[in-house]
Amino acid sequence: MGGLTIRYLMRRIGIYLFTVFASATLVFLIARATPGDPVESRWRQIEMDQGQIPEIEAIIARYKTRFGLDDPLSVQYVKYLGNTARFDFGYSFSQFPTPVWRLIRRALPWSLGLSVTTLLISFFVGNTVGAIFAWERTPRFIKSIIPSTLIFTSVPSVLAALFLLYVFAMLLRWFPLAGAYSRDVQPGWNWPFILDVIKYGTLPVLSILIVNVGWTVLGMRAMLVTIAGEDYVRLAEAKGLNPFYTLYRYKVRNALLPQLTGLALSLSGLIAGQVLVETIFAYPGMGLLIFQGIRSQDYPVIQATSYMLILLTATSVLLIDLLYPLIDPRITHDGGQA
Amino acid sequence: MTAATSNRLSSTLPSPASGYQDVKLSFKHSPWYNGKLLAGASVLGLLVLGLLVGHSVWDQELAYVGSSPLNLPPVGLEYKGQVGTWAHPLGTENAGRDMLALIIIGAPRSLLIGFTAAIIGLVVGVLLGFSAGYLGGRVDDVVRLATDITMNIPGLLVLIIIQSALPRAGFFTMALLLSLFSWQGATRVFRAQVLSMKQSGYVLMARLSGSSPFDIMFKEIMPNLMPYLVSNLTFGTSYSILTMVGMEVLGLGAQRIPSLGVTLNNAISASAILRGMWWWWALPTAVLIMIFMCLLLIAVGMDEVANPRLRDA
Repeated sequence: MGGLTIRYLMRRIGIYLFTVFASATLVFLIARATPGDPVESRWRQIEMDQGQIPEIEAIIARYKTRFGLDDPLSVQYVKYLGNTARFDFGYSFSQFPTPVWRLIRRALPWSLGLSVTTLLISFFVGNTVGAIFAWERTPRFIKSIIPSTLIFTSVPSVLAALFLLYVFAMLLRWFPLAGAYSRDVQPGWNWPFILDVIKYGTLPVLSILIVNVGWTVLGMRAMLVTIAGEDYVRLAEAKGLNPFYTLYRYKVRNALLPQLTGLALSLSGLIAGQVLVETIFAYPGMGLLIFQGIRSQDYPVIQATSYMLILLTATSVLLIDLLYPLIDPRITHDGGQA
Repeated sequence: MTAATSNRLSSTLPSPASGYQDVKLSFKHSPWYNGKLLAGASVLGLLVLGLLVGHSVWDQELAYVGSSPLNLPPVGLEYKGQVGTWAHPLGTENAGRDMLALIIIGAPRSLLIGFTAAIIGLVVGVLLGFSAGYLGGRVDDVVRLATDITMNIPGLLVLIIIQSALPRAGFFTMALLLSLFSWQGATRVFRAQVLSMKQSGYVLMARLSGSSPFDIMFKEIMPNLMPYLVSNLTFGTSYSILTMVGMEVLGLGAQRIPSLGVTLNNAISASAILRGMWWWWALPTAVLIMIFMCLLLIAVGMDEVANPRLRDA
């Protein structure tokens, strides 16, 4: 606990708040830079659909006053920040009376499920495989696979998704092609539904996993190679401890800490990849929401969903960063190691 | 150490090790003789050469909608009663565009935009990293803050927000936007390297002999960081290409100009996978994966050149 100084904490949280504030401001500025007047174009569209609307000018003017679009930009901005802080992003254009927040609330659990599952599997599998690759007692033929791990790291998740979809859903028909669960199961905490969700989630998770596991494996291996020459490892070996015990108690435990930083750094790439993977598999998460928003030119949905994902990424990285000094007492964060 | 540095060192300071620099190493023993680096660079070179030859040989009008028969499979294969011909060796898609022409036009576009973005990002990153590491103080604080803030934001999402409002961004605007998220790596690496080199003997020597900070940065420190430079450039390029492809797959960016991402987006929208038209999505995917692998091999090879400890690890 002593590692977490107030100064570090303040700086880290300050960075977080600034990130959130800056991305919210970006959304505001971009929305104002969008050509055309959304209220006007919306009402013209309704007019085109339904024929002549009497007094349409008055209706548009009333709407603008109602939503405060006649206010000076600074007033709008302050109101906007207040709304954003309460996750009030207005209404979707394409599904008009639906608030954007309701769409996000529906999509968020699916996306979170995918990310958390992927992160956990990639961290455990990646580090285990990395440790096996670096261990001097591992048979040679296993170590000869190492170069192929390198190949996996260069296949982006969106391309892996296309390939997996073709082979395992289209050709072999082992997994479903799209969606998150089949229509004939009742959503809820029952086994058929849970198994169904796992079946539908396997390919999306695998697509994101492939690139991420590669990096985790390589990172773990590099860490262990560096640690191998340390005095405390030599001592453990000289004491005649069980080699496997030495591996996981002396080497892996120390190597896991930098791996956690690696996890935090890879998070933004992971989220970006997931947006695309959800699009490919039509998985009803935040990525698909963005994709559909782009299709229907639904700016509030595109911007609010992207903003929420940025917020989520920043929050997760903050949590990992704050966790780090608690796990590793050597880090003091006020200028190097103690 | 570069020739210029060693000359200056040996003329001002007779060091016992100065003779060592004159030993000419054969190429086979040089650290640049690195399998990964050479493999990546040569395959990428062949790919670019192939694309250039294709540009002059193959009819690029075939990339227009309706210029060719629809849904033709690659040569020698059969798909729904149609047999692929040599007129369209890689087949065509559902709007009558020739796949070979799409790749010949699309791949250089993706490569070029990624490379341009990476170059801009690298220049900015190197300048910031050098200033932060060498000048320190207030400059360092600001640069570190900016890096910390932008490092943890998924660039794709910020670009989605910007692109949704600027649908008709040109090539250079696009490259500039992409470069917003490719400078941080260079800044961090260079800041750290400069911090450690600042105390090294030859930099102190140069400072004592009255060189300006600019000269020290670019004539003394910079040549030693060449491998990092190349490695960062390749990482930046693949990151920018990937982000660009990601946006195009989502349906953003200039959708009329063929690029690998746009072709993928068309294939996904027309459910090419379900229709069994594998060539439509698999060929652009294969070219992209090839580009990414080559860039990664170059980057890893460069890291090994720069850091001998990695070589046999």
